Amino acid sequence: MRSTPVRLPPFQRLLDEHGAALHRYCLAQAGPDHGPDCFQETVLAALTAYPKLRDASNLRSWLFTIAHHKIVDHHRRQARRPRPVPELAAVDGAPATTGPVSGLDLGGGELWAAVGELPEKQRGAIALRYLADLPYADIAAVLGCSEAAARQSVRAGLTRLRTEVSR
Amino acid sequence: MTPTRDPLVDALRAAATGDLAADLDAAIERAERDGLVDIGYEVTDSPVGPLFVAVTDAGVVRVGFAREPVDAVVEELAARVSPRVLRSPRRTDEVRRQLDEYFAGRRDRFEVGIDWRLTRGFRRTVLERLYAEVPYGRTVSYRELAMRVGNPAASRAVGSAMATNPIPIVVPCHRVLRSGGHLGGYGGGLPAKRLLLALESGEAPLL
Repeated sequence: MRSTPVRLPPFQRLLDEHGAALHRYCLAQAGPDHGPDCFQETVLAALTAYPKLRDASNLRSWLFTIAHHKIVDHHRRQARRPRPVPELAAVDGAPATTGPVSGLDLGGGELWAAVGELPEKQRGAIALRYLADLPYADIAAVLGCSEAAARQSVRAGLTRLRTEVSR
Repeated sequence: MTPTRDPLVDALRAAATGDLAADLDAAIERAERDGLVDIGYEVTDSPVGPLFVAVTDAGVVRVGFAREPVDAVVEELAARVSPRVLRSPRRTDEVRRQLDEYFAGRRDRFEVGIDWRLTRGFRRTVLERLYAEVPYGRTVSYRELAMRVGNPAASRAVGSAMATNPIPIVVPCHRVLRSGGHLGGYGGGLPAKRLLLALESGEAPLL
C-alpha cells in the first residue's frame, strides 16, 4: 500500500482551506511590512515542491513548516542588518491598527513591538496556536519539538506578552 | 474556531489582519510568471449557464457545464494532469473573451491552443477531425463523422467520443447530430445544444 503514488488534492484547495490562517501567521510573525512577502514566498516554495511531495497525510503541517522556514530566514536576514530589528522600529511610532482592547488598552504598533521581542520559539508557538489555530501536535511538528515543549512555549510567551503590554 | 476569549489573543488576531486577497493574487501572479502553475481555471457566465474553463501552457484543456460540479472537475484535473491547479482569471482571460465573442455572434472560430491530453486513441482522432473539419454553422451526423475517420461502422464509438469530449463548445460536438437531423445527445443538456445550433444558424441573437 505504501508504494501507491500519493493522491495530491488540487493546490487551490490547500489555499482555500489554509490560505487565511497562513496569511495571519506570516503577518503575526513578520509584521505588517514583511508578512505579505513571507506569505508570497511560502506559496511559491510550496507550489515548487508540491508535485514531488511523497506524503499527503498532513498538508497543513507541511505548509506551515515551509512558512516557518521562511520566517526564520526572514528574521536571520533582519538580524544581519545594522539595526537589529528594523520592522519594530518602523512600527513603533506608527498609528495603531487596532483600537484599545478591553482592559488592556493596547494599540497595534505596541503589540507588534511586544510580539517582536519574544524569543523565536515562543513567538512561533503563539502564532501557530492562536493565529493559525493549529493543534499542538502540528505545532510540535512545525517547530521540531515535543508537544509538551510546544505547550510550554505558548504559556511562557503569553505570560511574557501580558507583562509587556500591561506595563 | 477561536481557541480562547483572551483579550490579548483577540488583539493579536485583530492586529494580524491584512489584505489576504491582494497578497494571494500577487503570489499567484508571481507563480505564473515563474511557470509554477500548470493549470489555471475560472468559471465564466454564458447563455448556456456558468462555464468552467481550464487552460494549460498548451491551451484549453477542459470546458465544463454547470451540471458538472467545479470541485469534481478540479479534482479530476489534479489527478489526471497536475495537482498544481489554481483559480486564475489571467490564464483563462483570452479563452473567456473569445467565448464571449462567440456567444455574441461576433466570432465563428476559436483562435486558441488546444491541449488534447484528456482524450486519447480513437476518441481523440474523432474530436481532432471534428475540430479541424466541421466549421461554424455546419452540422454532421455521427455516421458521417465515422466515415470521415475511415471507420463507417463506428458511429456508436463516435457517439461516445462526443459524450466524453473534454472541451465542448470549443471542440464543437454540438455540431454532431443523429442521421435524419435528430438532435442526438449533449453533455450540456439538449436545451444548450439547441441554443448553440440556433446561434450558429443565425436564428437567435443571444446577447
